[in-house]
Amino acid sequence: MRALVTFVYLFLYAPIALVVLFSFNAGRSASEFTGFSTMWYGKALGNTFLITALQNSLMIAFTSAVLAAVFGTMAALGMQRLSARGRAIFDGLFAAAIVIPGVVIGIATLVALVEVFSFLNPALASIWPGDKPPQLGLGYGSIIAAHGLFSLALVTMIVKARIASLGRDIVEASSDLYATPFTTFRQIVLPQILPSVLAGFLLAFTFSFDDFIVAFFVAGSKTTLPIYVFASIRRGVTPEINAIATMVLVASLLMILIARVLMRDKTTKAHAGE
Amino acid sequence: MPLTPDRKRQLVTAALVAPAGLWLFVFLVLPFMAMVVFSFGERAPEGGYQAAFTFAQFANLPSRAAAFWNTMMIAPVGAFLCLIVAYPVAYYLAIKSNPKYRLVLVSLVVVPFWTSLLVRTYAWMYILGSRGIPNLLGMIGIEDVRLLNTPGAVLLGIVYGYLPLMIMPIYVSLEKLDRRLLEASADLGAKPVSTFFGITLPLSLPGVMTGVALVTILLLGEYLIPQLLGGGKVFFIGNALVDLFLQSRNWPFGSAIAVTLVVVVVIVLSVAMRVAWKVSGSRQVDLV
Repeated sequence: MRALVTFVYLFLYAPIALVVLFSFNAGRSASEFTGFSTMWYGKALGNTFLITALQNSLMIAFTSAVLAAVFGTMAALGMQRLSARGRAIFDGLFAAAIVIPGVVIGIATLVALVEVFSFLNPALASIWPGDKPPQLGLGYGSIIAAHGLFSLALVTMIVKARIASLGRDIVEASSDLYATPFTTFRQIVLPQILPSVLAGFLLAFTFSFDDFIVAFFVAGSKTTLPIYVFASIRRGVTPEINAIATMVLVASLLMILIARVLMRDKTTKAHAGE
Repeated sequence: MPLTPDRKRQLVTAALVAPAGLWLFVFLVLPFMAMVVFSFGERAPEGGYQAAFTFAQFANLPSRAAAFWNTMMIAPVGAFLCLIVAYPVAYYLAIKSNPKYRLVLVSLVVVPFWTSLLVRTYAWMYILGSRGIPNLLGMIGIEDVRLLNTPGAVLLGIVYGYLPLMIMPIYVSLEKLDRRLLEASADLGAKPVSTFFGITLPLSLPGVMTGVALVTILLLGEYLIPQLLGGGKVFFIGNALVDLFLQSRNWPFGSAIAVTLVVVVVIVLSVAMRVAWKVSGSRQVDLV
Protein backbone atom coordinates (compact mmCIF):
# COMPACT_ATOMS: atom_id res chain seq x y z
CA MET A 1 0.00 0.00 0.00
CA ARG A 2 2.79 2.38 0.93
CA ALA A 3 4.59 1.55 -2.29
CA LEU A 4 1.45 2.31 -4.28
CA VAL A 5 0.95 5.65 -2.53
CA THR A 6 4.61 6.57 -3.05
CA PHE A 7 4.18 5.73 -6.72
CA VAL A 8 1.14 8.01 -6.99
CA TYR A 9 3.07 10.90 -5.43
CA LEU A 10 5.88 10.27 -7.90
CA PHE A 11 3.30 10.19 -10.70
CA LEU A 12 1.93 13.56 -9.52
CA TYR A 13 5.28 15.31 -9.24
CA ALA A 14 7.69 13.65 -11.68
CA PRO A 15 6.28 15.28 -14.85
CA ILE A 16 6.39 18.71 -13.21
CA ALA A 17 9.92 18.04 -11.98
CA LEU A 18 10.97 17.06 -15.48
CA VAL A 19 9.73 20.34 -16.94
CA VAL A 20 11.57 22.25 -14.21
CA LEU A 21 14.75 20.24 -14.77
CA PHE A 22 14.82 20.75 -18.52
CA SER A 23 14.13 24.46 -18.12
CA PHE A 24 17.71 24.60 -16.79
CA ASN A 25 19.13 22.56 -19.65
CA ALA A 26 22.01 24.18 -21.51
CA GLY A 27 21.12 22.47 -24.78
CA ARG A 28 17.96 22.40 -26.84
CA SER A 29 17.44 18.69 -26.26
CA ALA A 30 14.30 17.51 -24.54
CA SER A 31 15.70 14.12 -23.60
CA GLU A 32 19.34 14.76 -22.82
CA PHE A 33 20.54 17.02 -20.04
CA THR A 34 23.72 18.60 -21.34
CA GLY A 35 24.53 21.05 -18.57
CA PHE A 36 23.08 23.61 -16.19
CA SER A 37 22.13 26.97 -17.59
CA THR A 38 19.63 29.75 -16.96
CA MET A 39 19.81 30.93 -20.56
CA TRP A 40 16.20 29.95 -21.33
CA TYR A 41 15.00 32.13 -18.49
CA GLY A 42 16.99 35.02 -19.91
CA LYS A 43 15.52 34.32 -23.31
CA ALA A 44 11.97 34.11 -21.95
CA LEU A 45 12.33 37.32 -19.95
CA GLY A 46 13.74 39.11 -22.99
CA ASN A 47 10.67 38.18 -25.05
CA THR A 48 8.44 41.27 -25.20
CA PHE A 49 5.33 39.33 -26.29
CA LEU A 50 5.70 37.11 -23.28
CA ILE A 51 6.23 40.03 -20.90
CA THR A 52 3.14 41.79 -22.26
CA ALA A 53 1.10 38.59 -21.82
CA LEU A 54 2.44 38.22 -18.27
CA GLN A 55 1.56 41.83 -17.41
CA ASN A 56 -1.95 41.35 -18.83
CA SER A 57 -2.43 38.16 -16.82
CA LEU A 58 -1.24 39.75 -13.59
CA MET A 59 -3.44 42.80 -14.07
CA ILE A 60 -6.52 40.72 -14.95
CA ALA A 61 -5.95 38.24 -12.12
CA PHE A 62 -5.42 41.03 -9.58
CA THR A 63 -8.45 43.08 -10.64
CA SER A 64 -10.85 40.14 -10.88
CA ALA A 65 -9.64 38.71 -7.56
CA VAL A 66 -9.98 42.04 -5.72
CA LEU A 67 -13.50 42.58 -7.07
CA ALA A 68 -14.43 38.98 -6.25
CA ALA A 69 -12.98 39.23 -2.73
CA VAL A 70 -14.87 42.45 -1.94
CA PHE A 71 -18.20 41.58 -3.59
CA GLY A 72 -18.00 37.91 -2.54
CA THR A 73 -17.43 38.80 1.11
CA MET A 74 -20.28 41.31 0.99
CA ALA A 75 -22.52 38.66 -0.57
CA ALA A 76 -21.55 36.06 2.03
CA LEU A 77 -22.39 38.53 4.82
CA GLY A 78 -25.60 39.67 3.15
CA MET A 79 -26.87 36.20 2.24
CA GLN A 80 -27.28 35.12 5.85
CA ARG A 81 -29.67 38.06 6.31
CA LEU A 82 -31.77 37.15 3.26
CA SER A 83 -35.01 35.18 3.28
CA ALA A 84 -34.70 31.44 2.67
CA ARG A 85 -35.96 31.98 -0.87
CA GLY A 86 -33.48 34.73 -1.67
CA ARG A 87 -30.66 32.63 -0.28
CA ALA A 88 -31.72 29.66 -2.40
CA ILE A 89 -31.65 31.81 -5.56
CA PHE A 90 -28.14 33.06 -4.78
CA ASP A 91 -26.95 29.56 -3.84
CA GLY A 92 -28.30 28.21 -7.12
CA LEU A 93 -26.65 30.92 -9.21
CA PHE A 94 -23.31 30.55 -7.44
CA ALA A 95 -23.48 26.76 -7.89
CA ALA A 96 -24.23 27.29 -11.60
CA ALA A 97 -21.24 29.64 -11.90
CA ILE A 98 -19.00 26.88 -10.53
CA VAL A 99 -20.53 23.85 -12.25
CA ILE A 100 -21.11 25.18 -15.78
CA PRO A 101 -18.02 24.29 -17.85
CA GLY A 102 -15.58 27.12 -18.54
CA VAL A 103 -15.98 26.58 -22.27
CA VAL A 104 -19.72 27.35 -21.97
CA ILE A 105 -19.10 30.41 -19.74
CA GLY A 106 -16.65 31.67 -22.36
CA ILE A 107 -19.12 31.16 -25.22
CA ALA A 108 -22.08 32.68 -23.38
CA THR A 109 -20.07 35.76 -22.41
CA LEU A 110 -18.76 36.08 -25.97
CA VAL A 111 -22.15 35.92 -27.71
CA ALA A 112 -23.83 38.21 -25.16
CA LEU A 113 -21.10 40.86 -25.23
CA VAL A 114 -20.76 40.88 -29.01
CA GLU A 115 -24.52 41.39 -29.25
CA VAL A 116 -24.48 44.17 -26.64
CA PHE A 117 -21.53 45.90 -28.33
CA SER A 118 -23.14 45.77 -31.78
CA PHE A 119 -26.12 47.53 -30.26
CA LEU A 120 -24.23 50.00 -28.05
CA ASN A 121 -21.49 51.12 -30.44
CA PRO A 122 -23.78 52.75 -33.07
CA ALA A 123 -25.87 54.26 -30.27
CA LEU A 124 -22.73 55.63 -28.66
CA ALA A 125 -21.52 56.99 -32.00
CA SER A 126 -24.77 58.85 -32.60
CA ILE A 127 -24.66 60.72 -29.29
CA TRP A 128 -20.89 61.21 -29.13
CA PRO A 129 -20.02 64.93 -29.43
CA GLY A 130 -16.55 64.42 -30.98
CA ASP A 131 -15.88 62.73 -34.29
CA LYS A 132 -14.00 59.74 -32.80
CA PRO A 133 -16.49 57.84 -30.63
CA PRO A 134 -15.00 55.10 -28.42
CA GLN A 135 -15.46 51.55 -29.69
CA LEU A 136 -16.48 49.05 -27.06
CA GLY A 137 -15.01 45.61 -27.64
CA LEU A 138 -13.72 42.43 -26.10
CA GLY A 139 -10.56 42.78 -24.05
CA TYR A 140 -9.44 43.27 -20.46
CA GLY A 141 -12.95 44.14 -19.27
CA SER A 142 -14.61 41.02 -20.68
CA ILE A 143 -11.91 38.71 -19.28
CA ILE A 144 -12.19 40.33 -15.84
CA ALA A 145 -15.98 39.99 -15.96
CA ALA A 146 -15.89 36.30 -16.94
CA HIS A 147 -13.12 35.38 -14.49
CA GLY A 148 -14.81 37.43 -11.78
CA LEU A 149 -17.94 35.30 -12.12
CA PHE A 150 -16.23 32.06 -11.07
CA SER A 151 -14.06 33.86 -8.50
CA LEU A 152 -17.07 35.56 -6.96
CA ALA A 153 -18.74 32.17 -6.45
CA LEU A 154 -15.49 30.75 -5.04
CA VAL A 155 -14.94 33.57 -2.51
CA THR A 156 -18.58 33.57 -1.43
CA MET A 157 -18.47 29.80 -0.85
CA ILE A 158 -15.30 29.99 1.24
CA VAL A 159 -16.31 33.02 3.32
CA LYS A 160 -19.83 31.65 3.84
CA ALA A 161 -18.39 28.43 5.23
CA ARG A 162 -16.25 30.47 7.63
CA ILE A 163 -19.19 32.60 8.78
CA ALA A 164 -21.26 29.47 9.37
CA SER A 165 -18.54 28.13 11.67
CA LEU A 166 -18.49 31.31 13.77
CA GLY A 167 -20.46 31.19 17.01
CA ARG A 168 -23.51 33.43 17.17
CA ASP A 169 -22.92 33.93 20.90
CA ILE A 170 -19.94 36.26 20.51
CA VAL A 171 -21.91 38.46 18.10
CA GLU A 172 -24.85 38.51 20.53
CA ALA A 173 -22.54 39.30 23.44
CA SER A 174 -21.15 42.23 21.49
CA SER A 175 -24.59 43.70 20.84
CA ASP A 176 -25.63 43.06 24.47
CA LEU A 177 -22.70 45.27 25.40
CA TYR A 178 -24.25 48.05 23.27
CA ALA A 179 -21.86 47.79 20.33
CA THR A 180 -23.44 49.07 17.13
CA PRO A 181 -23.85 46.44 14.38
CA PHE A 182 -21.01 48.10 12.49
CA THR A 183 -18.68 48.04 15.50
CA THR A 184 -19.53 44.38 16.05
CA PHE A 185 -18.73 43.71 12.41
CA ARG A 186 -15.44 45.60 12.49
CA GLN A 187 -14.16 44.28 15.80
CA ILE A 188 -15.66 40.79 16.04
CA VAL A 189 -16.70 39.41 12.64
CA LEU A 190 -14.14 40.94 10.28
CA PRO A 191 -10.98 39.79 12.10
CA GLN A 192 -12.37 36.25 12.16
CA ILE A 193 -13.34 36.04 8.50
CA LEU A 194 -10.32 37.95 7.16
CA PRO A 195 -8.09 34.87 6.66
CA SER A 196 -10.80 33.18 4.59
CA VAL A 197 -11.26 36.37 2.55
CA LEU A 198 -7.53 36.47 1.83
CA ALA A 199 -7.52 32.76 0.99
CA GLY A 200 -10.45 33.35 -1.37
CA PHE A 201 -8.57 36.23 -2.98
CA LEU A 202 -5.47 34.10 -3.55
CA LEU A 203 -7.45 31.17 -4.99
CA ALA A 204 -9.36 33.59 -7.24
CA PHE A 205 -6.06 35.11 -8.36
CA THR A 206 -4.63 31.65 -9.07
CA PHE A 207 -7.74 30.60 -10.98
CA SER A 208 -7.65 33.68 -13.20
CA PHE A 209 -3.88 33.52 -13.67
CA ASP A 210 -4.09 29.86 -14.79
CA ASP A 211 -7.33 29.97 -16.79
CA PHE A 212 -7.01 29.35 -20.48
CA ILE A 213 -10.37 28.35 -21.89
CA VAL A 214 -12.57 31.22 -20.68
CA ALA A 215 -10.02 33.86 -21.70
CA PHE A 216 -9.53 32.11 -25.07
CA PHE A 217 -13.12 33.05 -25.99
CA VAL A 218 -13.45 36.52 -24.53
CA ALA A 219 -9.91 37.95 -24.84
CA GLY A 220 -10.54 39.59 -28.22
CA SER A 221 -7.15 40.78 -29.48
CA LYS A 222 -5.53 40.67 -26.02
CA THR A 223 -3.16 37.91 -24.95
CA THR A 224 -2.90 36.40 -21.49
CA LEU A 225 -0.01 34.23 -20.34
CA PRO A 226 -1.89 30.88 -20.75
CA ILE A 227 -3.05 31.96 -24.23
CA TYR A 228 0.56 32.79 -25.11
CA VAL A 229 1.83 29.46 -23.73
CA PHE A 230 -0.89 27.55 -25.58
CA ALA A 231 -0.01 29.27 -28.85
CA SER A 232 3.72 28.55 -28.34
CA ILE A 233 3.08 24.89 -27.53
CA ARG A 234 1.24 24.55 -30.83
CA ARG A 235 4.27 25.96 -32.62
CA GLY A 236 6.43 23.28 -31.01
CA VAL A 237 7.97 22.32 -27.70
CA THR A 238 11.02 24.44 -26.85
CA PRO A 239 13.13 24.79 -23.68
CA GLU A 240 11.91 28.36 -23.45
CA ILE A 241 8.39 27.06 -22.76
CA ASN A 242 9.85 24.94 -19.96
CA ALA A 243 11.25 28.09 -18.38
CA ILE A 244 7.93 29.93 -18.72
CA ALA A 245 6.05 26.89 -17.39
CA THR A 246 8.37 26.71 -14.40
CA MET A 247 7.78 30.37 -13.57
CA VAL A 248 3.99 29.89 -13.87
CA LEU A 249 4.20 26.85 -11.58
CA VAL A 250 6.25 28.66 -8.95
CA ALA A 251 3.84 31.62 -8.98
CA SER A 252 0.73 29.48 -8.49
CA LEU A 253 2.49 27.24 -5.94
CA LEU A 254 3.28 30.26 -3.77
CA MET A 255 -0.33 31.48 -4.00
CA ILE A 256 -1.89 28.15 -3.09
CA LEU A 257 0.53 27.51 -0.22
CA ILE A 258 -0.23 30.91 1.34
CA ALA A 259 -3.96 30.29 0.82
CA ARG A 260 -3.74 26.92 2.58
CA VAL A 261 -1.86 28.38 5.54
CA LEU A 262 -4.54 31.08 5.83
CA MET A 263 -7.37 28.58 5.66
CA ARG A 264 -6.10 26.31 8.39
CA ASP A 265 -8.51 26.48 11.28
CA LYS A 266 -7.80 27.82 14.74
CA THR A 267 -6.71 24.53 16.29
CA THR A 268 -3.93 23.93 13.80
CA LYS A 269 -2.90 27.57 14.13
CA ALA A 270 -2.59 27.17 17.89
CA HIS A 271 -0.22 24.27 17.27
CA ALA A 272 1.79 26.38 14.89
CA GLY A 273 2.38 28.76 17.77
CA GLU A 274 0.13 31.63 16.76
CA MET B 1 -38.12 60.77 8.00
CA PRO B 2 -35.85 58.52 10.08
CA LEU B 3 -35.58 54.94 8.93
CA THR B 4 -37.02 52.25 11.14
CA PRO B 5 -34.43 49.66 12.25
CA ASP B 6 -36.19 47.05 10.14
CA ARG B 7 -36.08 49.17 7.01
CA LYS B 8 -32.44 50.04 7.65
CA ARG B 9 -31.57 46.36 8.04
CA GLN B 10 -33.25 45.58 4.73
CA LEU B 11 -31.34 48.36 2.99
CA VAL B 12 -28.00 47.15 4.36
CA THR B 13 -28.76 43.59 3.27
CA ALA B 14 -29.73 44.76 -0.21
CA ALA B 15 -26.55 46.85 -0.48
CA LEU B 16 -24.44 43.86 0.57
CA VAL B 17 -25.82 41.41 -2.00
CA ALA B 18 -26.45 43.93 -4.82
CA PRO B 19 -22.97 43.88 -6.48
CA ALA B 20 -22.81 40.06 -6.52
CA GLY B 21 -26.43 39.85 -7.68
CA LEU B 22 -25.77 42.31 -10.48
CA TRP B 23 -22.62 40.45 -11.53
CA LEU B 24 -24.46 37.11 -11.58
CA PHE B 25 -27.29 38.61 -13.58
CA VAL B 26 -25.21 40.51 -16.16
CA PHE B 27 -22.44 37.95 -16.65
CA LEU B 28 -24.24 34.65 -16.03
CA VAL B 29 -28.02 34.87 -16.45
CA LEU B 30 -28.06 37.29 -19.41
CA PRO B 31 -25.25 35.56 -21.35
CA PHE B 32 -26.94 32.23 -20.81
CA MET B 33 -30.21 33.62 -22.12
CA ALA B 34 -28.38 35.13 -25.11
CA MET B 35 -26.82 31.74 -25.82
CA VAL B 36 -30.23 30.05 -25.76
CA VAL B 37 -31.61 32.71 -28.15
CA PHE B 38 -28.60 32.21 -30.45
CA SER B 39 -29.16 28.46 -30.52
CA PHE B 40 -32.51 29.05 -32.26
CA GLY B 41 -30.95 31.44 -34.80
CA GLU B 42 -29.18 31.06 -38.13
CA ARG B 43 -25.56 31.51 -39.14
CA ALA B 44 -25.03 34.83 -40.92
CA PRO B 45 -23.41 34.44 -44.36
CA GLU B 46 -20.15 36.03 -43.13
CA GLY B 47 -20.25 34.02 -39.88
CA GLY B 48 -21.71 34.92 -36.51
CA TYR B 49 -25.41 35.13 -35.83
CA GLN B 50 -28.55 36.11 -37.70
CA ALA B 51 -31.91 36.40 -35.96
CA ALA B 52 -34.36 33.59 -36.74
CA PHE B 53 -36.47 31.01 -34.97
CA THR B 54 -35.52 27.59 -36.15
CA PHE B 55 -34.76 24.20 -34.67
CA ALA B 56 -32.29 23.56 -37.49
CA GLN B 57 -29.28 23.88 -35.18
CA PHE B 58 -30.59 21.27 -32.78
CA ALA B 59 -31.62 19.04 -35.69
CA ASN B 60 -28.03 19.31 -36.89
CA LEU B 61 -26.59 18.00 -33.60
CA PRO B 62 -26.02 14.46 -34.97
CA SER B 63 -23.34 15.92 -37.28
CA ARG B 64 -21.22 16.33 -34.14
CA ALA B 65 -22.21 12.93 -32.75
CA ALA B 66 -18.55 11.82 -32.68
CA ALA B 67 -17.61 14.63 -30.27
CA PHE B 68 -20.56 13.77 -28.02
CA TRP B 69 -19.79 10.07 -28.25
CA ASN B 70 -16.10 10.57 -27.38
CA THR B 71 -16.94 12.84 -24.46
CA MET B 72 -19.68 10.63 -23.08
CA MET B 73 -17.46 7.55 -23.31
CA ILE B 74 -14.10 8.92 -22.20
CA ALA B 75 -15.37 11.17 -19.37
CA PRO B 76 -16.90 8.35 -17.27
CA VAL B 77 -14.04 5.96 -18.07
CA GLY B 78 -11.53 8.66 -17.09
CA ALA B 79 -13.43 9.34 -13.87
CA PHE B 80 -13.49 5.61 -13.09
CA LEU B 81 -9.74 5.27 -13.68
CA CYS B 82 -9.21 8.28 -11.42
CA LEU B 83 -11.28 6.56 -8.77
CA ILE B 84 -9.23 3.36 -8.94
CA VAL B 85 -5.99 5.28 -8.43
CA ALA B 86 -7.47 7.75 -5.93
CA TYR B 87 -9.16 5.37 -3.50
CA PRO B 88 -6.03 3.66 -2.12
CA VAL B 89 -4.33 7.04 -1.74
CA ALA B 90 -7.32 8.55 0.08
CA TYR B 91 -7.55 5.43 2.27
CA TYR B 92 -3.87 5.60 3.15
CA LEU B 93 -4.03 9.33 3.92
CA ALA B 94 -7.14 9.08 6.08
CA ILE B 95 -6.53 5.83 7.94
CA LYS B 96 -2.98 4.53 7.64
CA SER B 97 -0.80 7.63 7.48
CA ASN B 98 1.02 9.09 10.48
CA PRO B 99 -1.20 11.96 11.76
CA LYS B 100 1.94 14.06 12.22
CA TYR B 101 2.57 14.18 8.46
CA ARG B 102 -1.05 13.95 7.35
CA LEU B 103 -1.54 17.66 6.71
CA VAL B 104 1.61 17.84 4.60
CA LEU B 105 0.71 14.72 2.62
CA VAL B 106 -2.81 16.02 1.97
CA SER B 107 -1.41 19.41 0.89
CA LEU B 108 0.90 17.65 -1.54
CA VAL B 109 -2.14 16.07 -3.19
CA VAL B 110 -4.18 19.29 -3.37
CA VAL B 111 -1.48 21.66 -4.57
CA PRO B 112 -1.13 20.30 -8.13
CA PHE B 113 -4.85 20.83 -8.69
CA TRP B 114 -4.40 24.56 -8.22
CA THR B 115 -1.42 24.84 -10.53
CA SER B 116 -1.89 25.42 -14.22
CA LEU B 117 -3.61 22.48 -15.95
CA LEU B 118 -2.08 23.79 -19.18
CA VAL B 119 1.45 23.39 -17.80
CA ARG B 120 0.71 20.00 -16.25
CA THR B 121 -0.77 18.72 -19.52
CA TYR B 122 2.16 20.20 -21.42
CA ALA B 123 4.49 18.14 -19.21
CA TRP B 124 2.88 14.97 -20.57
CA MET B 125 3.10 16.24 -24.14
CA TYR B 126 6.78 16.50 -23.43
CA ILE B 127 7.06 13.02 -21.92
CA LEU B 128 4.88 11.19 -24.45
CA GLY B 129 6.11 13.18 -27.46
CA SER B 130 8.59 11.78 -29.94
CA ARG B 131 11.58 13.12 -27.98
CA GLY B 132 10.32 11.63 -24.70
CA ILE B 133 9.52 8.00 -23.94
CA PRO B 134 9.42 6.88 -27.62
CA ASN B 135 12.96 8.26 -27.99
CA LEU B 136 14.14 6.32 -24.94
CA LEU B 137 12.45 3.16 -26.23
CA GLY B 138 14.16 3.74 -29.56
CA MET B 139 17.52 3.62 -27.80
CA ILE B 140 16.85 0.11 -26.55
CA GLY B 141 15.66 -1.01 -29.95
CA ILE B 142 11.89 -0.58 -29.72
CA GLU B 143 11.18 1.68 -32.67
CA ASP B 144 8.18 3.66 -33.83
CA VAL B 145 6.15 3.71 -30.67
CA ARG B 146 3.35 6.27 -30.85
CA LEU B 147 2.03 7.44 -27.51
CA LEU B 148 0.93 11.02 -28.11
CA ASN B 149 -2.38 11.68 -29.90
CA THR B 150 -3.99 8.42 -28.79
CA PRO B 151 -7.02 7.82 -26.57
CA GLY B 152 -4.61 6.30 -24.03
CA ALA B 153 -2.68 9.56 -23.81
CA VAL B 154 -5.93 11.47 -23.25
CA LEU B 155 -6.95 9.06 -20.47
CA LEU B 156 -3.52 9.37 -18.86
CA GLY B 157 -3.79 13.16 -18.98
CA ILE B 158 -7.25 12.96 -17.43
CA VAL B 159 -6.10 10.77 -14.54
CA TYR B 160 -3.11 13.04 -14.02
CA GLY B 161 -5.11 16.26 -14.18
CA TYR B 162 -8.09 15.24 -12.07
CA LEU B 163 -6.61 12.84 -9.52
CA PRO B 164 -6.44 15.48 -6.74
CA LEU B 165 -10.10 16.32 -7.24
CA MET B 166 -11.00 12.64 -6.83
CA ILE B 167 -8.78 12.01 -3.81
CA MET B 168 -10.08 14.95 -1.73
CA PRO B 169 -13.79 14.08 -1.30
CA ILE B 170 -12.96 10.41 -0.68
CA TYR B 171 -10.34 11.43 1.88
CA VAL B 172 -12.85 13.71 3.64
CA SER B 173 -15.48 10.96 3.91
CA LEU B 174 -12.93 8.39 5.14
CA GLU B 175 -11.47 10.83 7.63
CA LYS B 176 -14.90 11.42 9.21
CA LEU B 177 -15.40 7.68 9.59
CA ASP B 178 -15.73 6.60 13.23
CA ARG B 179 -12.64 4.48 13.98
CA ARG B 180 -14.47 2.64 16.77
CA LEU B 181 -16.53 0.89 14.09
CA LEU B 182 -13.35 -0.56 12.61
CA GLU B 183 -12.12 -1.65 16.05
CA ALA B 184 -15.49 -3.18 16.92
CA SER B 185 -15.47 -5.09 13.64
CA ALA B 186 -11.98 -6.42 14.33
CA ASP B 187 -12.88 -7.30 17.93
CA LEU B 188 -15.84 -9.30 16.66
CA GLY B 189 -13.43 -11.36 14.61
CA ALA B 190 -13.98 -9.87 11.17
CA LYS B 191 -11.07 -10.19 8.76
CA PRO B 192 -9.63 -6.87 7.51
CA VAL B 193 -11.08 -7.59 4.06
CA SER B 194 -14.62 -8.04 5.36
CA THR B 195 -14.26 -4.96 7.59
CA PHE B 196 -13.28 -3.01 4.49
CA PHE B 197 -16.17 -4.23 2.35
CA GLY B 198 -18.67 -4.25 5.20
CA ILE B 199 -17.87 -0.92 6.83
CA THR B 200 -15.19 1.27 5.28
CA LEU B 201 -16.28 1.13 1.66
CA PRO B 202 -20.02 1.67 2.23
CA LEU B 203 -19.36 4.59 4.57
CA SER B 204 -17.02 6.24 2.08
CA LEU B 205 -19.51 5.97 -0.80
CA PRO B 206 -20.72 9.59 -0.47
CA GLY B 207 -17.15 10.77 -1.03
CA VAL B 208 -16.76 8.38 -3.95
CA MET B 209 -19.98 9.67 -5.50
CA THR B 210 -18.95 13.30 -5.04
CA GLY B 211 -15.55 12.65 -6.58
CA VAL B 212 -16.92 10.74 -9.56
CA ALA B 213 -19.60 13.39 -10.17
CA LEU B 214 -17.16 16.32 -9.90
CA VAL B 215 -14.58 14.76 -12.19
CA THR B 216 -17.16 13.59 -14.74
CA ILE B 217 -18.81 17.02 -14.88
CA LEU B 218 -15.51 18.84 -15.33
CA LEU B 219 -14.45 16.34 -17.99
CA LEU B 220 -17.65 16.90 -19.98
CA GLY B 221 -16.42 20.44 -20.67
CA GLU B 222 -12.75 19.56 -21.09
CA TYR B 223 -10.81 21.11 -23.95
CA LEU B 224 -7.09 21.27 -23.16
CA ILE B 225 -6.35 17.60 -22.48
CA PRO B 226 -7.91 16.19 -25.69
CA GLN B 227 -6.48 19.12 -27.65
CA LEU B 228 -2.88 18.72 -26.45
CA LEU B 229 -2.68 14.96 -25.84
CA GLY B 230 -5.30 13.81 -28.36
CA GLY B 231 -4.03 16.07 -31.12
CA GLY B 232 -7.39 16.50 -32.80
CA LYS B 233 -7.82 12.73 -33.15
CA VAL B 234 -9.65 12.35 -29.85
CA PHE B 235 -12.25 15.07 -30.16
CA PHE B 236 -14.39 16.28 -27.22
CA ILE B 237 -17.44 18.57 -27.19
CA GLY B 238 -15.15 21.35 -25.93
CA ASN B 239 -12.96 20.96 -29.01
CA ALA B 240 -16.01 21.06 -31.29
CA LEU B 241 -17.13 24.27 -29.56
CA VAL B 242 -13.77 26.02 -29.96
CA ASP B 243 -13.76 24.99 -33.60
CA LEU B 244 -17.29 26.27 -34.23
CA PHE B 245 -16.81 29.58 -32.47
CA LEU B 246 -13.27 30.56 -33.32
CA GLN B 247 -12.65 28.81 -36.66
CA SER B 248 -15.82 28.25 -38.69
CA ARG B 249 -17.71 30.98 -36.81
CA ASN B 250 -20.98 29.08 -36.80
CA TRP B 251 -22.25 30.67 -33.61
CA PRO B 252 -25.88 29.45 -33.64
CA PHE B 253 -24.83 25.81 -34.08
CA GLY B 254 -22.11 26.26 -31.45
CA SER B 255 -24.69 27.74 -29.09
CA ALA B 256 -26.99 24.76 -29.65
CA ILE B 257 -24.14 22.39 -28.75
CA ALA B 258 -23.25 24.48 -25.68
CA VAL B 259 -26.89 24.46 -24.52
CA THR B 260 -27.00 20.69 -25.01
CA LEU B 261 -23.77 20.33 -23.03
CA VAL B 262 -25.28 22.28 -20.12
CA VAL B 263 -28.37 20.05 -20.24
CA VAL B 264 -26.12 16.96 -20.08
CA VAL B 265 -24.17 18.45 -17.14
CA VAL B 266 -27.41 19.20 -15.28
CA ILE B 267 -28.70 15.66 -15.88
CA VAL B 268 -25.44 14.06 -14.70
CA LEU B 269 -25.38 16.35 -11.67
CA SER B 270 -28.96 15.65 -10.62
CA VAL B 271 -28.55 11.89 -11.04
CA ALA B 272 -25.34 12.03 -9.00
CA MET B 273 -27.00 14.10 -6.28
CA ARG B 274 -29.96 11.78 -6.14
CA VAL B 275 -27.69 8.76 -5.71
CA ALA B 276 -25.54 10.62 -3.18
CA TRP B 277 -28.59 11.53 -1.12
CA LYS B 278 -29.68 7.93 -1.14
CA VAL B 279 -26.24 6.86 0.04
CA SER B 280 -26.07 9.39 2.85
CA GLY B 281 -27.82 12.38 4.38
CA SER B 282 -25.37 15.12 3.48
CA ARG B 283 -22.44 15.86 1.27
CA GLN B 284 -19.43 17.96 2.02
CA VAL B 285 -16.86 18.79 -0.61
CA ASP B 286 -13.55 20.31 0.32
CA LEU B 287 -11.90 21.58 -2.82
CA VAL B 288 -9.19 23.58 -1.22
